[in-house]
Amino acid sequence: MSFIDRPFRPYAPGSQPENDTPSYRSTRFRHPAKPLLKIPQTITELSGPGFDPARFPAIANLAVSNGKEALGERIIVAGEVRDEDGRPLPHTMLEIWQANAAGRYNHARDQHDAPLDPAFSGIGRVFTDDAGAYRFITIKPGAYPWGNHANAWRPNHIHLSLFGPGYATRLITQMYFPGDPLLALDPIFLATADEAARNRLVSALDMSIGQADWALGYRFDIVLRGRQATPMEDSDARHR
Amino acid sequence: MLATASQTIGPYWHLLEDRSWADLTRFGAAGEVITVSGRVIDGAGNPLTDACVEIWQASPPASENFSGFGRAATDDAGVFRFKTIRPSALPGPGNSLQAPHLALTILARGLLFQLSTRIYFDGDHANENDPILALIEDPARRATLLAKERETGSWHIDISLQGADETVFFEI
Repeated sequence: MSFIDRPFRPYAPGSQPENDTPSYRSTRFRHPAKPLLKIPQTITELSGPGFDPARFPAIANLAVSNGKEALGERIIVAGEVRDEDGRPLPHTMLEIWQANAAGRYNHARDQHDAPLDPAFSGIGRVFTDDAGAYRFITIKPGAYPWGNHANAWRPNHIHLSLFGPGYATRLITQMYFPGDPLLALDPIFLATADEAARNRLVSALDMSIGQADWALGYRFDIVLRGRQATPMEDSDARHR
Repeated sequence: MLATASQTIGPYWHLLEDRSWADLTRFGAAGEVITVSGRVIDGAGNPLTDACVEIWQASPPASENFSGFGRAATDDAGVFRFKTIRPSALPGPGNSLQAPHLALTILARGLLFQLSTRIYFDGDHANENDPILALIEDPARRATLLAKERETGSWHIDISLQGADETVFFEI
């Protein structure tokens, strides 16, 4: 059995949010009430989609659209994507979407009374390099109200989507900003029980990522599931 | 190092949406073309109108002409639709054979962690010996993973996130 055939290890307890999170109101009718069925990882779960940058071109600068500069505080976001054993994950696609500096998404269903910015679509896509590193330029998204509870506001955040090496490594997450006082009030952020795990969703100001006289930089490292240390008898799947 | 925590995809993920992704045959894949649609409802019986549905299939194997991956939004009726190539059986754990199937992921506002399930094809004899379906003892629960053929080559499945008809979701 080769390394790639090894199953991905279970998530550490408390490191992932529970779908049954009453403080986040939309979960009420959407979380499964019956226990999840634990299944062995087969070729379906161990393999996953690949994305060729030639077919899915990178959009690494969200702060400029049609030659126009978006309004707001320009920032650079960079980091590394690794597995739980610290191995860099090269050539992995990251999809990016976010609100503009005023806290408004360029989306028909977002009716927040804040201005749209014609120079900001809020959509990006980058790939990690040979060493698992990624980087993109954007503007710092604004906070915005949502209907979850009285005067609820989402902390500033950037949405990220990653695939990683297998179907079982799919990750949708949100990157937050250091020192945001709304984090302590946000049921989505707080839904992850383990404090250290949720604090890893907060990026770090990093002056080496920023560019002098041009943009502040934030570091956000991402970790995808690692593989079991030893192969398991019952998960023998063949790769193509 | 521990895996980064999942967060909800939220209601504005459509900024990522490229409708062509719902057609897995768009790069010129060869094989038996099928459509697979589904309707997703919540525990109150209401359709999910803002969900992101993704499919992944390891058969036929990914190639230049076939990525094996699709993404579609649910519409105002909670319905998603893919066009793809019908998968074949695949090796399973030990000496078992997995019946043809699609892996399905549901991401939505109100889901902090993606839901994973599979779509099998009702009436396929290989379903009887499928090692994953065999883990589900209750035939009614097992049936929640079976798409029905409505017309030749056109398959449909109803997905319920919560309640009496709740779909079997996996921990992978």
